[in-house]
Amino acid sequence: MDASIATKEKRVSAEPGPVVAKSFWKRHEHALLGTISMLVFLSFWEASVAFGWVNPLFTSSPSRIVRTAIEMFADGSILVDMQVSGYEFIVGYGAAIVIGVPLGILMGWYSRVDAVLEPFVSALYATPRIALLPLVMIWFGIGLMSKIAIVFLGAIFPILVNTITGVRTVNADFVKVARSFGSNDWQMFLTVVLPSSVPLLLSGLRLGLGHALVGIVVGEMYGATHGLGFLIATAGARFQTDKVMVGIIIIAAAGVAMTEFLRLIERRFERWRPSVGG
Amino acid sequence: MAATARAKLNVRGVSLDLLNERTGRSLPVLHDIDFAVFEGELVAIVGPSGCGKSTFLNAVDGLLPVTSGAILLDGHAVEGPGPDRAMVFQHDSLFPWRTVIENVTYGLDLQGRLAKAERRERARALIDLVGLSGFAEHYPHELSGGMRQRVNIARALAVEPQLLLLDEPFAALDAQTREFMQVELMKILARARTTALFVTHQINEAVFLADRVVVFSARPAGIKDVIAVDLPGERSLALKHQPEFVALEQRIWRLIEQEAERTGMLTVA
Repeated sequence: MDASIATKEKRVSAEPGPVVAKSFWKRHEHALLGTISMLVFLSFWEASVAFGWVNPLFTSSPSRIVRTAIEMFADGSILVDMQVSGYEFIVGYGAAIVIGVPLGILMGWYSRVDAVLEPFVSALYATPRIALLPLVMIWFGIGLMSKIAIVFLGAIFPILVNTITGVRTVNADFVKVARSFGSNDWQMFLTVVLPSSVPLLLSGLRLGLGHALVGIVVGEMYGATHGLGFLIATAGARFQTDKVMVGIIIIAAAGVAMTEFLRLIERRFERWRPSVGG
Repeated sequence: MAATARAKLNVRGVSLDLLNERTGRSLPVLHDIDFAVFEGELVAIVGPSGCGKSTFLNAVDGLLPVTSGAILLDGHAVEGPGPDRAMVFQHDSLFPWRTVIENVTYGLDLQGRLAKAERRERARALIDLVGLSGFAEHYPHELSGGMRQRVNIARALAVEPQLLLLDEPFAALDAQTREFMQVELMKILARARTTALFVTHQINEAVFLADRVVVFSARPAGIKDVIAVDLPGERSLALKHQPEFVALEQRIWRLIEQEAERTGMLTVA
């Protein structure tokens, strides 16, 4: 072990040091390069439509997408779709977390619980959940419930499997310490198992998020009356490329925003971890 | 030790077999161990490597059930972990996601009998006692190995155990830090007035710290000998060079050597 006296090196170096002339470009190189490449791409897209190189019926264009989006928000038609999809997502994904995390802890900790449930989990985890859509539709109809079910089914398995792995890889020394101090099972989960499973648990939540979004879109395409997936499907059938693009962008933006949100949570729980690499 | 002193810990004919889950065989680890630790005493256990010293300590802590015999603390049989004992673990067993003070309050948090402010107050006093004032809000990875073991000791003392168990607490430290920590531990225990049972593989450490040294035989471990360390109570590192110290050290080393030869761990030309 390092015999050095604990220092606050990290914190000290994080504070602004003596002003070294560092150009604006150098400080923001990463973000600037990304922005520039994006702008070049969008200009090229816009230009290729403006100069008639491609048919906007197939490719749409940034300006058309913005115009269509403004119209759709103005007449309120898209708000209903967003509400429906949002509701399906929140209920389905929320239920997957509320059930998946505790169940994963139980399966990871108690080998008997695992023995009973493992065959079902393995079989369903290996099945593309989208293949279950027809069954789910038969059972729950084309209303909200079937989409909630398919979102739930998509999200719960990655969450479950990651939580189980997280629990199984808990450091045995920490378990021993907790036992020695007289911890009961509940305290063991709260003070040892959960904190040490955080990285795997959150990567399960991230994976589950992706599956949940797929579930919404495919579920609504398959049979629905509202929602962003329904919007994309119907607009696509009518060659309304602009509308399709608006739907895709909204879903993608929601996905990025929620992934970032999970990253924030992770940073909050992992702030004790020494930084690795550069 | 004075015969009038009250026995804090009574170990009576303890044997312990460990079941190897892979092979299904049970392996005798401890055989008929019998000794006592008196109030305020520091007893060290030494023995050949792998003889079962740590297993014995785990049994006293209640983490492992004994196969036969009994371990009595203040007259009550040990049947599992309890608030009357606390262990200072071998490795870096601090919770990395808890700050120093949160690690020290851990045992108290589990017990839940003190208000949070009281727990933190007690933890602060112990952090001062182990010489880490000013580091309460640091995370373990920001501390050196020696400092982390001080936190480990404070965490165990926080529950005010009747008996403190130390499982090779300095094994992972470098040689210098180790020597300093021995002096520190002696001071800390004198101030905390705790009875302690200490497992180490360093004979030198055992003689330096302990009032008595229990020498375990090779596996299955029994008691080879118990040696009283008649050295002044106030000890400094210079003592390690005194002839009486060296003589004790050599006497214990010969006992362990005999065990090693007997079991073939050490071959004699």
